[in-house]
Amino acid sequence: MIRIENLVKTFGPKRAVDGVSFNVERGEVLGFLGPNGAGKSTTMRMITGFMPPTSGKVTVGGHDVAESPLEAKRLIGYLPESAASYADMTVRGFLNFAAELRGLRGDARRRAVERVIELCFLRGVVRQSIDTLSKGYRQRTCLAQALIHDPEVLVMDEPTEGLDPNQKHELRNLIRRLGESKAIVFSTHILEEVDAACTRAIIIDRGKIVANGTPEELRSMSALAGAVTLSAHGANAEKLSSVGRVEDLGGAFRIYPREKSDASALAQAVVDLVAAEGWKVEGMYSERGELDEVFRRITLPDTAK
Amino acid sequence: MKPIWTIAKRELAAYFTSPVAYVFLVIFLLLTGFFTFTAGNFFERGEASLAAFFGWHPWLYLVLVPAVGMRVWAEERRSGTIELLLTMPVATWQAILAKFLASWIFLALALLLTFPAIVTVNILGDPDNGIIAAGYIGSFLLAGAYLAIACMTSAMTRNQVVAFILAVVVCLFLVLAGFNPVTDLMVRWASPAVVDTVAAFSVVTHYDAFQRGVIDSRDLLFFLSVIGFALFATGVIIRGHRSG
Repeated sequence: MIRIENLVKTFGPKRAVDGVSFNVERGEVLGFLGPNGAGKSTTMRMITGFMPPTSGKVTVGGHDVAESPLEAKRLIGYLPESAASYADMTVRGFLNFAAELRGLRGDARRRAVERVIELCFLRGVVRQSIDTLSKGYRQRTCLAQALIHDPEVLVMDEPTEGLDPNQKHELRNLIRRLGESKAIVFSTHILEEVDAACTRAIIIDRGKIVANGTPEELRSMSALAGAVTLSAHGANAEKLSSVGRVEDLGGAFRIYPREKSDASALAQAVVDLVAAEGWKVEGMYSERGELDEVFRRITLPDTAK
Repeated sequence: MKPIWTIAKRELAAYFTSPVAYVFLVIFLLLTGFFTFTAGNFFERGEASLAAFFGWHPWLYLVLVPAVGMRVWAEERRSGTIELLLTMPVATWQAILAKFLASWIFLALALLLTFPAIVTVNILGDPDNGIIAAGYIGSFLLAGAYLAIACMTSAMTRNQVVAFILAVVVCLFLVLAGFNPVTDLMVRWASPAVVDTVAAFSVVTHYDAFQRGVIDSRDLLFFLSVIGFALFATGVIIRGHRSG
């Protein structure tokens, strides 16, 4: 649904987005990760047609955003950064306005507004003016606006920003559910969200894509991935070093595979060793790798890649 | 057409959900009343016309119209709603036109509420209501020209105060270019052709014709060109922001 080819955006001498290309298909939820100022918002603004790219091309549902912006925009629902909305309007008034701009009239409009009020749990505040709402409700009101025409493409800039943990949880579930039938891109810098809602994640740093894969693939880039942590009575580092590289965690040992390709065999090797030595196992688990660590490693300029 | 109406409706409603509209209407009516009857010597003139009423409009609007127009784009940019509006399936020119029309309709409403002046002059004497009608049309066009300029300066900044001051300065220039004391000064060192050319850019020159009851297509064209140009410039400025 979304095709991005070699997208570049410069602000003066600064290249905010520097040759970004990726596709998002229907049924995909793409998490857009990156440190602050990495170019996430700028990329999203170019997808939604708010900013023209310096060079490169964005097509949404086959429509070039630069050449036929209205056709492309009709397919997109957009939740901008900080959930901007007209503070002087009531929630219902605002949603009616958005529905009308999306070309919904009469009965269709009423049904669409009711649908998003239910979907985003806004029933209790429909008559309230937006400036009296809490951050969470404001976010949901703006999300409701983005969903009002049941768009095929949903673009959200930090949708869970400012929500409490319960609301975050609900929103992630909603994103996952919507993602079954739509193409969704959302940006975040909260890594757990990638696990909770995404089918794929892209990490962007200083305008460039530095990683692109499923959460599982990204996690396996972690140095920790495939390591086995063992805490067992009687275990010692010397014996363990026969199966892999050992790190003493104080009370427990972490054994890293010598080669990434040995990772699957490592756990078995450790189990065999424990059985042979007759150690009393208190705990043992295989590490999946941590997204945090991957994120830090590829986006921090001073850590070696 | 439909998105223009949708946006214009929202803009108009926004005036009336805040106290801004009511404060503006009250101040506008008080000031027109004061200028017409006190400063304009309405009664002492001894003539059944609204010349005293219309004569002050270029000056009155100089302050009041930028106050109406200053928020049009500055507020959208400050609050970030501009991103919402321009990612809707709406062309930028439609949004610009809709916002302008909404504010213009609001100003028309303010102008219509001065109807007691017409009633008064008709009770007291026997005025030429054709001239009064032409005066209203001129006044409405004048307000539109100022408003379009205020929309333009509003798009330049996210600060409403800055937008207001810029609009006043630009409008002041358009007034002074044809204001008699200024043209008299210019005649001393510039050739009459230059003075006339500069004066042709003034709203006052074109506005005065309407007050004499003359609706000339050239004057009409002048005001519509100022509006057209300012709104076009608004589009260029907004496009410039988005391009970064």
